[in-house]
Amino acid sequence: MTTEGIGAAVLRKEDRRFLLGKGNYTDDITLPQQTYAVFVRSMYAHARIEKIDASVALAAPGVLAVFTGADIAADGLGPLPCGWLIKNKDGSNMVEPPHAALAQGKVRHVGDPVAMVVATSKAEARAAAGLIDITYDVLPAAGRLADAVKPAAPVVWDEAPGNLCYDWHIGDPAATAAAFARAAHVVELELTNNRVAPNAIEPRAAIGVYDMAGDAYTLYTTSQNPHMIRLLMSAFTLHVPEHKLRVVAPDVGGGFGSKIFHYAEELMVTWAAKKVGRPVKWTADRSEAFISDAHGRDHISRARLALDAKGKFLGLQVSTLANLGAYLSTFGSAVPTYLYATLLSGPYDLPAIYAEVKAVFTHTVPIDAYRGAGRPEASYLLERLVDKAARQLGMDRIELRRKNLIRVDQFPYQTQVALQYDTGNYQATLDLALEQIGYAHYDKRKAESAKRGKLRGFGISTYIEACGIAPSAIAGALGARAGLYEAAAVRVNPTGSVTVFTGTHSHGQGHETTFAQLVAEKLGVALDAVDVVHGDTSRIPFGMGTYGSRSAAVGGSALMKALDKVIDKGKKIAAHLLEASPGDLEFKDGNYRVVGTDRVKAFAEIAFTAYVPHNYPIETLEPGLEEQAYYDPKNFTFPGGTHLVEVEVDPETGVAEVVDVAVADDVGTIINPMIVDGQAHGGLAQGIGQALYEEVRYDAEGQLTNGSFMDYCMPRAADLPNFKVGNHVTPCTHNPIGVKGVGECGAIGVPPAVINAIIDALTPLGVTDMSMPATPEKIWRAIQDAKKKGA
Amino acid sequence: MKDFAFHRPATVQDAVALLREHDGGKFLAGGQSLLPVLKLELAEPSDLVSLAQLKELRDIRLDGDKLLIGALATHDQVHRSPEVGKAIPALATLAGGIGDAQVRNRGTLGGSVAHADPAADYPAALIGLGATVITDRRQIAAENFFTGLFATALAHDELITAVAFPVPRRAAYVKFAHRASKYALVGVFIAETAGGIRLAITGAGVKVFRVASFEAALGKKLVPEALDGLTVPPADLNGDAEASAEYRAHLIGVIARRAVVALTGKP
Amino acid sequence: MATITLKVNRQAHTLTCAPTTLLVEVLREHLRLTGTHVGCDTSQCGACTVHVDGKSVKSCTMLAAEADGAEITTIEGLATGGELHPMQAAFREHHGLQCGFCTPGMIMSATDLCQRSPDPSEHEVRHWLEGNLCRCTGYHNIVKAVRAGAAGMRGGKR
Repeated sequence: MTTEGIGAAVLRKEDRRFLLGKGNYTDDITLPQQTYAVFVRSMYAHARIEKIDASVALAAPGVLAVFTGADIAADGLGPLPCGWLIKNKDGSNMVEPPHAALAQGKVRHVGDPVAMVVATSKAEARAAAGLIDITYDVLPAAGRLADAVKPAAPVVWDEAPGNLCYDWHIGDPAATAAAFARAAHVVELELTNNRVAPNAIEPRAAIGVYDMAGDAYTLYTTSQNPHMIRLLMSAFTLHVPEHKLRVVAPDVGGGFGSKIFHYAEELMVTWAAKKVGRPVKWTADRSEAFISDAHGRDHISRARLALDAKGKFLGLQVSTLANLGAYLSTFGSAVPTYLYATLLSGPYDLPAIYAEVKAVFTHTVPIDAYRGAGRPEASYLLERLVDKAARQLGMDRIELRRKNLIRVDQFPYQTQVALQYDTGNYQATLDLALEQIGYAHYDKRKAESAKRGKLRGFGISTYIEACGIAPSAIAGALGARAGLYEAAAVRVNPTGSVTVFTGTHSHGQGHETTFAQLVAEKLGVALDAVDVVHGDTSRIPFGMGTYGSRSAAVGGSALMKALDKVIDKGKKIAAHLLEASPGDLEFKDGNYRVVGTDRVKAFAEIAFTAYVPHNYPIETLEPGLEEQAYYDPKNFTFPGGTHLVEVEVDPETGVAEVVDVAVADDVGTIINPMIVDGQAHGGLAQGIGQALYEEVRYDAEGQLTNGSFMDYCMPRAADLPNFKVGNHVTPCTHNPIGVKGVGECGAIGVPPAVINAIIDALTPLGVTDMSMPATPEKIWRAIQDAKKKGA
Repeated sequence: MKDFAFHRPATVQDAVALLREHDGGKFLAGGQSLLPVLKLELAEPSDLVSLAQLKELRDIRLDGDKLLIGALATHDQVHRSPEVGKAIPALATLAGGIGDAQVRNRGTLGGSVAHADPAADYPAALIGLGATVITDRRQIAAENFFTGLFATALAHDELITAVAFPVPRRAAYVKFAHRASKYALVGVFIAETAGGIRLAITGAGVKVFRVASFEAALGKKLVPEALDGLTVPPADLNGDAEASAEYRAHLIGVIARRAVVALTGKP
Repeated sequence: MATITLKVNRQAHTLTCAPTTLLVEVLREHLRLTGTHVGCDTSQCGACTVHVDGKSVKSCTMLAAEADGAEITTIEGLATGGELHPMQAAFREHHGLQCGFCTPGMIMSATDLCQRSPDPSEHEVRHWLEGNLCRCTGYHNIVKAVRAGAAGMRGGKR
């Protein structure tokens, strides 16, 4: 490690502009002649559109255009595609209904966009939107997952009877049934993973620009993956060749998955820019975000665990209903299948697993990846079930886990659900977390809480996750319609500074710093001399963006490959200057040295020589020092660890407070410990948010009843404690850095720990179950119900 | 927001005259309740009459056995006022728990009281202390002031200039807040006055209310156990997804007991 | 239309706008000071926090007309000549920001706290920040940053 390389807790390079208020977020951008778009959205969950009369709106002041579904159909705009084909148990394809950018004849969720008004000011656009007269024939709606699968439930798509999109499975049903047949114990649990809204603090925005002279478009959009958006627009929706479409994701204020997808609004403003001949800008209000950003989670599952007499896990059987919302979002089909069920072995040696997932349409906002994307659903199910097993068998929760955790000598570990874990040490993270929380003195703390009238509970979750997505061939075989490699270009400038172009995108993760650290590590160049460029398709090579904790593992690895190429080429130049052969040279600490001598050439001199090739092997080597590399991962990466939570419950009010959190994560090699801790903190806050505070609430008719921050409870500073974060490192075995990824660990590991802690606190009162979010009233009622039963 | 005309009168009389002239007008104090309402287009006033220039309405002073707080005193001002801290510390606590720091820097006593949100904190103090609302033309006893959901006894053009709080022997305010909005789900203001125990509850009903049975029991013995067996019927209470009426009824019992503890300092 | 004069970051501006214009709109659109952000529409998130006459205020919950004659400080007005204010420096030192969107409002809110309470406890900081939402950091480092910023402000820098 150098002082600025891998492992250094260097301060972030990107901070300055954010601290000075000079960030360049999409809504900050103002273009000459800019116009404003406002979307008219359905307030019904399900209705036929009988008539749209925009005549009054068109005549309103400042209005340039009003577009409806008919207009985009006439122009041949394609529907927003789904990027992952899932097959049913019988091998047939999932139902794949079209997702038009503006409703075609029917609206299918509150918020479904029906029309777009473009005007010279936002106020004028809003006023005109209110003048559009839409006649709806309101239809019954299926607003909730459990109701949508009942017989005679209102159907979202005629082509999906029973609202079933697909009926998928994974694992070995026969082996699993056999495991249950010989089990000494069977533990069963029904549980719900609650629907949440990602709610990045920056609402989505998009600006479409059309350049008539070049017949080319530019789209500024709050996206985590501009190249993917360009590809989808080119190939599927806008039908404009890629070289005529530039997509820029400038500074983006948080994504957490919600800004991955190709949304209607960014397509519409791009298309409309040519129609009206001026840039078209749209920015969501928060209440609009609640009904247009993809939501997350929303599973109902039944799970059964088979154990032998000593508590060894024999088999796991899971049935899950997963809500997709009204339309297939870009990755919505993959989240409850390949990103979920393949994690059902968890960190455990589980010899037989069988999981079935039915994905269901409802008249609600589409659901897709949100921090963790399928893995929180898996770990929640497993860790709740294991805790229940401990109680049922009368075993200690920690010891039951120890008994079943994959041992270090079992790696690489092939699970029963496709994934092969490369390396890990679940015992080490368990021990580290227990030490960090001071488990040995827990009883003392519990007694002290009791003195203050509080019930203290201790909760544990041992989790694993799969990220660093993904090996393209594997993903493709499983139905992905994209490759998932990553790209990096390294341009060494003549005076020795370095510009990195990466296909990942940083919207809080600090890539401008961590990627620069990789360059500092490899080339010995000062951090200040490295610039990292991301987010602009006209500047960077084709990349897949940032999500699924892939940036360091996949993007960083691509960068390392490119840096290796730079070093190799530099070696040839150095060899020429040093009159040696490249094989006699080593590159270390920024210098090419003839091994065993003090004949040295600094990297900066090599860089300059590359661009002023006077003394140069010009016959065999081109000038310049710029290399590009693509990296397709060999496998997913597998961070994992232990999350421990202590809660205090006030039995009189039902309020549960998280009073201590200690987590030990194995995220592989740590590039910047400060940034890794920050990612852990953020994930933990969102995980605790889901467990205690957050839930998107729809009524049975599909009306969203808490679509604002007044009613949707976002965790605040006063709601959370400090976090104790520790790491145990087992480097990933299959990428050049050894990094596994950290961005989603908190959201994956902590929710079951919180609920397990609450149940632990309330066990003396006879409470045996709890659901998320564990609101005060819910906890109070559980206590009352247990009292009645016990009485 | 729908368009409106904006006025900034220099005197109370001018402000009142503007409202008298404009039927669709509204007074604008700190704006922390009114502006969110306007942004959601739940109200469309033709005119907004800003009270910002009426600096004389910001005073806080003790007048004999009454604490006089000007209608434009901000929540932060009340929270930090030495006069309030000395005379009625429960009021300082209450003001310090309204909304958040930014809201408290702008929101005012008069604005909150005139808006009469059923989950606002101040109404519990007005009823709990038996305060008097002083307007440009008369004085209105608190029990006659809050008439219903977001409804008061004020005439359209009537301007609150101050609230007179009788100084109690002791008082306390305990709030159980809605976790997202920070408004009161159940807020209990208890006061030991010359006339006996007064107990007012906000957040749980369509407007702030007293509970006579609680007051009588606590009048006999000022201990939390005095409330054993006493309840407010859920049928009289608000309920929503965050807290049902049944749960609020339960909370009332819990928070009232905690208010007694806060009042007496004895658990 | 209303004509208003306000001082923003020590510079006087006179402008005309509709009475319904919010202070945040004047800052972002008329004055092109885009460091103040809009994150919600119910006055919860605090990303729009600025100082009005020295006190932290949500600029989305104030009409521009109400700010007539007032002195406003936005995030752009904190640093002097390119040198970071101690609170800004503390946020960098302690990794108190990730995506940066809530950061200006968070810093403006924190500096108001530290003006009144020069050595705030962790509890005080967490409760003061109830009007500022962050989705990235989990607040852990923000709290550290604010307390360090308080120390920097006490050190006489501002």
